[in-house]
This record gives sequence, C-alpha cells and structure tokens, in this order.
Amino acid sequence: MNAMSVPVATPDRPVNGVAFTVVIVLFLVVAVVGFLAARWRAGEKSGLHSLDEWGLGGRGFGTWVTWFLLGGDLYTAYTFVAVPAAMWATGAVSGFFAVPYTIVLYPIVFVLMSRLWSVSHRHGFVTPADFVGGRYGSRVLTVAVAVTGIVATMPYIALQLVGIKAVLTVLGLGSAENALLTDLPLIVAFVVLAAYTYTSGLRAPALIAVVKDLLIYLAVIVAVIYLPIKFGGWDSIFGAAQQKLTAVSPATGKPAGVFIPGASSYSAYWTLALGSALALFMYPHSITGVLATKSRNTIRKNAAVLPLYSLMLGFLALLGYVAISAGTKPIDLNGTVNPQLVVPQLFLDHFPAWFAGIALAAIAIGALVPAAIMSIAAANLFTRNIYRDLIRPTADPRQEAKVSKIASLVVKFGALVFVIGMDQSAAINMQLLGGIWILQTFPAIVAGLYTRWFHRWALFAGWAAGILYGTIAAYNVVNPATKAHFGGSVAAIPGTDIQVYIAIVAFVINILVAVILTLVFRAMKMADGRDITRESDYGADEHDPKVAEIERAYPLSESGDALG
Amino acid sequence: MSSADMPTSPEGPARPDVPTDHDMPTRSPAKPAPYVIAGILLAIAIVVPLFVPSYSSDSPRLAGIPFFYWYQMLWVPITAGLVGISYQVVVREDRRRRDAIRGGVGQGEVR
Repeated sequence: MNAMSVPVATPDRPVNGVAFTVVIVLFLVVAVVGFLAARWRAGEKSGLHSLDEWGLGGRGFGTWVTWFLLGGDLYTAYTFVAVPAAMWATGAVSGFFAVPYTIVLYPIVFVLMSRLWSVSHRHGFVTPADFVGGRYGSRVLTVAVAVTGIVATMPYIALQLVGIKAVLTVLGLGSAENALLTDLPLIVAFVVLAAYTYTSGLRAPALIAVVKDLLIYLAVIVAVIYLPIKFGGWDSIFGAAQQKLTAVSPATGKPAGVFIPGASSYSAYWTLALGSALALFMYPHSITGVLATKSRNTIRKNAAVLPLYSLMLGFLALLGYVAISAGTKPIDLNGTVNPQLVVPQLFLDHFPAWFAGIALAAIAIGALVPAAIMSIAAANLFTRNIYRDLIRPTADPRQEAKVSKIASLVVKFGALVFVIGMDQSAAINMQLLGGIWILQTFPAIVAGLYTRWFHRWALFAGWAAGILYGTIAAYNVVNPATKAHFGGSVAAIPGTDIQVYIAIVAFVINILVAVILTLVFRAMKMADGRDITRESDYGADEHDPKVAEIERAYPLSESGDALG
Repeated sequence: MSSADMPTSPEGPARPDVPTDHDMPTRSPAKPAPYVIAGILLAIAIVVPLFVPSYSSDSPRLAGIPFFYWYQMLWVPITAGLVGISYQVVVREDRRRRDAIRGGVGQGEVR
C-alpha cells in the first residue's frame, strides 16, 4: 500500500492537535510516574524480587493509596466508555444497573474481604486460588479457580484496549484503510505500559491511579455542571432521552430502549446488579487490590469511602442521555455508528480542545491502571497456581517474581493480539462470558471463608455445572438485529419466562450441585483434603504473626523478629 | 468455642509480637450484638437498592431528574453511611476481643 496516499485520518476526522498534545503530555507524565514507582517504598534489602513486593506492592498500602488503587482498578476505562454508551443506545436496564451494582457491592465487600485478607496474611497467600488450595487441599479445585481467573481476566484487559481505541478514534488517529497505522498508537501505549509494569509491579498502577482518578473526577464534575446548563437543564435532557428510547423501532417493532423499567424488566435489572456485585471481587485483580493492603481493616474502611466513585459513575452514565440531547454523532472510522465513541465525542464537541484533551487522557490512562493490575493478577495466578503448584514446587520467591514478570508481558501481549487481530465484539462476548464464569468460583472461595462443610469434589462439580450452563445459555442469546450468538447476558430462567442475568441462574445451579454432592460424598465417606488453615486465621490482624513465623519460632525460641 | 469473655491462659496473656502456637485464638469470643446490628444495616444496604418496584417511576422529579435516577444515586451516600456505621461498630468490638486476648497491650492504640 502506498503510504504517502494514506492520510493520517479520514477526511471527516481531522486530528485535533491541541487535544492530542494534551493526551500525549499526560501520557508521558504517567509513564515517568510508572517507572519511578519502582523506588516508592521499596524494601532496601529485597528489592522487587518476590511476589509480595512486585505483585502486591509490598503488602503495605494504606487507606488512601488503596482508595485510589481500587477506584482505578474497579471503575475501568471500559466502564467509562461502555456504561454511557449503553445508556445512549438502549437506556436504563443495560446501562444504569451499574449504579445499584456498585452500591450493593460494598456491603458484600465489607463482610467478605477482611476474612480473606486475614487468612491470606497468616499464610502468605497471593491469589484466591492459593487460599482455595490451602483450605481444601485440592489441586484440581485450585487449578480450576486459577484458570477461571486467568481466562476471565484476559478479555477484560482486551476491553481496556477497546477503551483506549475509542479515545484514539475520536482524536482523529487511525484510518479505515491502513490498519497498522490505526493500531500503532495503541501498540506504543501498551509497550510502555508493559515496560513499567515489568519494572515497578503493582506500585506503578497504584501511583498512576492517583493521577488518573483526579483527572476523571475533574472531567466528570465539570461536565455534569456545565453540560446540563448548556442543553437547557436536566428536564429537557431526560425529555430527549425519553423520546429516543420509547420510540418504536420499525425493524423490530419494539421500543429502542428502556427509559424507566417496567414490571417485566425488574428481575433482569436487579439480578444484573446483584450478580455483577457478587462477581466483581472474585476477579483476581480485585483480590490483588485487597491483599496489597496493610491491615485487616483497610478494605473495610474503603468499603465506606469507595462509593464516591459510584456517584461519579452515576453521573457519567447520565452523560449518555446528555449526548442524546446534544445530538452527538458517534461515527466510527468505517462510517458506522459506534455507541462507544459517545462520551469521548461529547467532550470533544462541547469543550475547549485542551479540556477535552484532559478528559480523553483521563479515559486512556484509566485503561492503563486496570490493565496493569489485571495483568499482574493473572501473572500471579499463573506463577503460584500453575507454575509453582504443577510445574516447579521448589520455586523460591525470586524465581516466582521472575516468572510472574514474564507472564505479565505474555498476558498483555495476548490481549493486544486479541484486540488487533480479532473483531472487537469477540472481546466483548468473551468479557460477558468471563463475568458468568468468574461468579462460579464464588462458592469455593466464599464458602471456604466460613466453613469447611463443602466437599472439595462437590465444589468442583458445582463449578463445572455452573460454567457449562452459563456458557450454553449465553450462546443461546441471539441478538434480534444481527442474529449473532452471545447477544446479551440476560435470559429466561429455564421453564419460565422470567428474564434474569444468566450468571445468577448458573450460580444457583452451582450451589445446588455442590450441596447435594457434598451430602452424597460425605455419606460415601470420600476422602477430604488437608486444611492448613485454622479458625484463628480468619480473624487475625496485622499484629498477629504469620504462620511461617510461628513455625520458625515455636517451640524452639520465644522471641524473634516476627514483624521484621 | 469457650463461652468465657476473658482468656484463661495459665501463663498469662500472650504478647502480640511473640509468635505462639498456630491454634491459639487471635480474638476472644464475640458478643453477638455488634455483629447483629452491623448485619442488619448491611442487609438494608443490599436489599433496598435492589427492590426495583419501589423506585421504577418517573415522578417525583428532582431538578428535572426522574425519581428512578435520583433515588438510586441517593442510595450511594446512604450505603456509604450504613457501611461507615457498621465499620465503627464492628471495629470497636474487634478491638475489645483482641485486647482481651492480648491482655490490653494494644489498648491505647488508636488507628
């Protein structure tokens, strides 16, 4: 192809020089922060040569750092792009459920996560699968949890790239004719990300998250005050949204979307919110954020202050309606309508170029933070539960850190290939499945925090049944317009016409199988695995010694630098 | 679990920085009341925002925003408050249980 004749952008999308410069500058600032993060609170003796240091930031993050880290980790760039996009396209049920989802999330986190923190602190667990292994002594169950975590995380990373891509497209980078040129900025961004994640580990996203969160709060607060004034107040914005969403589409004979859910959508709405909330902290990247905190109560305190992000997400969702009222046209490079461009386009259309640049940079950087944490979390799972447990049981901390660093590169490269090589909808479908799958690890992880009643093989069978049902049910959802499979995450409960989130039905099947088979296996007196945890572990705090220290010091010596 | 509120260790209370046997409890037995209170508050924060029929209506609007939208966003600060109260209640009981087992070593400690 003749490079000279290919413009940097299609003629209708000129490169916005000012906004682009702002994005580049902020990206460079973030890259410098990412590399410098290696020296932040680094242990002088050990460097970053263990998973505790590289993969969990030294296990010493306090309330503030955790607030920024988890805020950047859970409220991802894809959320910022996809939630308003869903509001713009189909309204409340597929978009605004994110608000109750991120409300009910925090009571659940409050109850569960401090117990997981305590037992992990006592035993040095780095991943959720480490805990399952320690609790049930079942290699099969451990690997099932680890593989589910890795597989569910990969498309999630890919979607962060989709978020960056939306920003780059709106900025005017890329062309319909030259795919390589389109993807080049994305590749550069990801190589830089991979480099500082490799050198700094979890410290890099923790510091960058501070920059990202401040930028995104600034952008959303300004937009939510300024735009409604510009477009005649919320009254007329909601008027425009209601008109668009309740208009009957000639193609399907149904309304375009849902403005306020009717009785038939109630079950879909609340099961989507609850199922997503139960699933979110089963994702390895969320648990990485929890285990990186320095005390048992850090995560509980954060459960009370993290909801501020949910408020921001709610307003961001409403920007989807603002875009309806503003008549935003999210036209992709190939001329089709792409709802995911709605929010970046809205900022570019109605703000000075420099401020739009800040908002777009916030979204792009917002993709880098979770992408880094997710790749670290997936790499830790691979290292601890596949490499160490299955391949090389004698691996020392230094080797583990080395393997994990390389695995994080592989994971990111895989996500990049996924987004560049495959259709974008493949990543979205996989992410949809990932949400269903990850919830199937809930019984093994959460029940284990409270009881050893469940049999390990019953939990495994429940997991398998849930995954099987969820995958088949999701495949059978056909998009009415395009006739494609994996058309959504809501389906009727088998034998009824009550529409619910597929993950919830799979979850119920999972638990039923686990309960019934536990009774059967116990009656058969099938062998139970070894449990290395004790009741005391689940309430331990940061002042209680770790088990390794107890074993080293007792009964030979009565003192020792347990908390060194 | 023993029903005693105070630990009855023959050698006296263990110091928190001295490693002890793995089976040694890290906290003394719980009083149920704080956990029941926190449980109720957290259950409210989960169940009420998921009860869709209670808020699926357009009116009353607030500054032009339909009830459905502003009511759910109102629950964000309410949940934060309920979780915050639960935190105070649970952490206080937690501290009492630890102090009881550590012989009051960490009593003056406020975090």
